[in-house]
Amino acid sequence: MDREPLHVEVVSADRVIWSGSAVNIIARTVEGDIGILPGHEPLLAVLEPSMVEIVTAEGTSESLMVDGGFISVAHGHVSVLAQYAELGKEVSLEEARMELAPLVQKAQQGQADDAEIHRLKMLKAQVRAGEKANGN
Amino acid sequence: MELIAASRVVKAQQAARSAAPYTRELTKAVSALASAHDIDHPLLRAVEEPRRSAMLLITSDRGLAGAYSANAIKAAEQLHAKIIQEGQENVQYITGNKGVAYFEFRNRHIEQSWTGFSDRPTYAEAKEIADVLLERFLRPYEEGGVDQIHIVGTRFVSMMTQNPMAVRLLPLVVEDAPADYVDSAEETYPFYDFEPDAKTVLDTVLPLFVADRIHTALLQSAASELASRQSAMKSATDNAQELIEKLTRAENQARQAGITQEITEIVGGASALAESAGNE
Repeated sequence: MDREPLHVEVVSADRVIWSGSAVNIIARTVEGDIGILPGHEPLLAVLEPSMVEIVTAEGTSESLMVDGGFISVAHGHVSVLAQYAELGKEVSLEEARMELAPLVQKAQQGQADDAEIHRLKMLKAQVRAGEKANGN
Repeated sequence: MELIAASRVVKAQQAARSAAPYTRELTKAVSALASAHDIDHPLLRAVEEPRRSAMLLITSDRGLAGAYSANAIKAAEQLHAKIIQEGQENVQYITGNKGVAYFEFRNRHIEQSWTGFSDRPTYAEAKEIADVLLERFLRPYEEGGVDQIHIVGTRFVSMMTQNPMAVRLLPLVVEDAPADYVDSAEETYPFYDFEPDAKTVLDTVLPLFVADRIHTALLQSAASELASRQSAMKSATDNAQELIEKLTRAENQARQAGITQEITEIVGGASALAESAGNE
């Protein structure tokens, strides 16, 4: 592919989490997974609390989690905005797993409310991003 | 305390700076949405004759910050008078102990207050406030909802200057992003694709925008509070220095006077003795 790599910024409410150039970004919108390659048409999409994967221009992969928010694409610039976001390698896997287990159980019994389901999705994304970053 | 405030004000400024990219991207997105569609959203709908307003006043938790809280309260009182004059009710929300104390002392009703984070606000606190205010704004008037929401805080201009400000938070006014937010080559907004649709995107983006406005106001006010505290403490230290100098001088003078007197007495006594010895 000859197109210029995308300029990506992942920004949470209080800081820039990650920025750099990338050739592929995989995120989960409320409608399903989406992959963004250079040259993508302008887009504004609402994200699920989920893991976002970025394949950088150097060919390495970065995984991070977002707490919802949205992604906007225009003119080769991609911004992922979320109130809360974290790099996979910053995730404390043990804490996330510990909090996740009882919530999963609750959700299976159908007792979790909206806030808990949101938290559950967030934790799952954290665990996924964390595991990915640690290479397993 | 001057030094503590000085080191914290740097941190507060850093926090405000690192939150700026988020605000920038969010403003871009909202402007893009606004230019792409004739948007109609509850958060943007202005009532022609507002009947009830709410005000969020941002003050400090602790004193010793010069006129910081007093200035913010003064701005709030001006706005309050204006709202009452227009025949509206005003619902008061407050952050910071100083504002709470001011209103409680005057037996005025506070709808809700938040304290304990005035010099280091986080996004979580801004979010909490935003949720309360948004709920209040979206509630119908008959059930106690408000037609307008204002924020009164302090804008950080420089270490020397902090100005009280009063801005309307809701209904939102969508402006085009400031020129420096948009690269000149891409002056016109592209035709965006929305997923799932423009309305859902708006529903997600606007509340984020509101929370971010509150976050920004809190961060600005925190930096102002600390800068104000630093200069207040600096002039207090300078005053004390002057006082110490004056008092030291007075003390030395008194000591010197005492010694001189003692010597005079001793010399006087000795010569009197000598005289009486010579006479015998």
